[in-house]
Amino acid sequence: MERVPILKIGPTLFVSIQIDLQDESVIRLQEDLADELAVTGAHGVIIDITAVEIVDSFIGRMLTTIGSISRLFDAETVLVGMRPAVAITLTELGLSLSGVRTALNAEKGLEILNGKS
Amino acid sequence: MDVVRTNERMAAYLRDNHDKVVGRWTDLVVAGVRGRTSREEVRRELEDLYALIVRVLSGADEHAAGELTATLEELSRSRARDGFSPIETAIGVFSLKEAVYELVADAADLVPEFYSLSRMIDDLGLRTFEAYSSAREQIIADQSASMLELSTPVVQLWDGVIAVPLVGMLDSARTQLVMEKLLDTLVATGADHAVIDITGVPTVDTEVAQHLLKTVSAARLLGAECTISGIRPQVAQTIVSLGIEFGDIATKASLADALALALRQAGLKVVPL
Repeated sequence: MERVPILKIGPTLFVSIQIDLQDESVIRLQEDLADELAVTGAHGVIIDITAVEIVDSFIGRMLTTIGSISRLFDAETVLVGMRPAVAITLTELGLSLSGVRTALNAEKGLEILNGKS
Repeated sequence: MDVVRTNERMAAYLRDNHDKVVGRWTDLVVAGVRGRTSREEVRRELEDLYALIVRVLSGADEHAAGELTATLEELSRSRARDGFSPIETAIGVFSLKEAVYELVADAADLVPEFYSLSRMIDDLGLRTFEAYSSAREQIIADQSASMLELSTPVVQLWDGVIAVPLVGMLDSARTQLVMEKLLDTLVATGADHAVIDITGVPTVDTEVAQHLLKTVSAARLLGAECTISGIRPQVAQTIVSLGIEFGDIATKASLADALALALRQAGLKVVPL
């Protein structure tokens, strides 16, 4: 199983997903992220999904879950770089990812987090 | 009765009377087209057809039938483009019967031959109908495709603000296209505000509203905020009486208001010089 690395940059955790997401890797990511948030006390999470071409309802739901978990650690989650096709798929699946903020790219995502702090 | 021999005899008869039949046939067709094509052109087309019909009847050539069908379909298509009605095209083919009949009327021994030729011509006439309608369908399909393409422009209003002026009925196919173009443009321009202008949408029912909501939530997933503008008084009344909720999506009366909102959210202000 492939693992997604979590990078800490200042008060922000940066996750860039470069693989085709499998269910186990997402669950693993959720666990790793929870651990990392608890250890570092980071106040923001940026999840970059520029390279993700396929999402299903499970992964969509897990993204929302990750957002909820982060909020328990007082950290805001910003999902950046979603592809149009992925956005259309999620909409058709009826997932609006409430509780997770979105931005066009990592730069704008950081702006959102900085604006908050 | 030997069908093969009958056809061969007819073929021989047509070959012998080539000039007379084609001449008469051309006269009849030219009278029907009323000057939309020149006599020489009609004559040339009919000569081709005639030669192919003779080849099919004589039975010597197995490719002739396919060639005849192709030539006839091509003729029918070009007639369709030139604005002939299918009846005119078919009558053009049927008048060969008349031309031949005038010649064989005296020769009583050719009745079975004429009968089989007549069946063949009927068949050819029907084929022109089919080719005509498929040509028309092709034209209609092309036009609706280009209309779909034309009807969904995405324009940039400001740095970071794009707009989609929607004109005409919104159905699922168009919504899909609009959504794809809007999202692609958001990514390509890095805009974080989109205005969907529905001034040109004649009616907003629950289905159209559903399509709009989908587009907005897809844009939100990309991190862009959407405003719906151009809501006319009647449309507003319909929306309310249908009980459609746009939720937290900003709606504005005009595109100008929507642009002003987008600028304000971007922290910009328009001041007089």
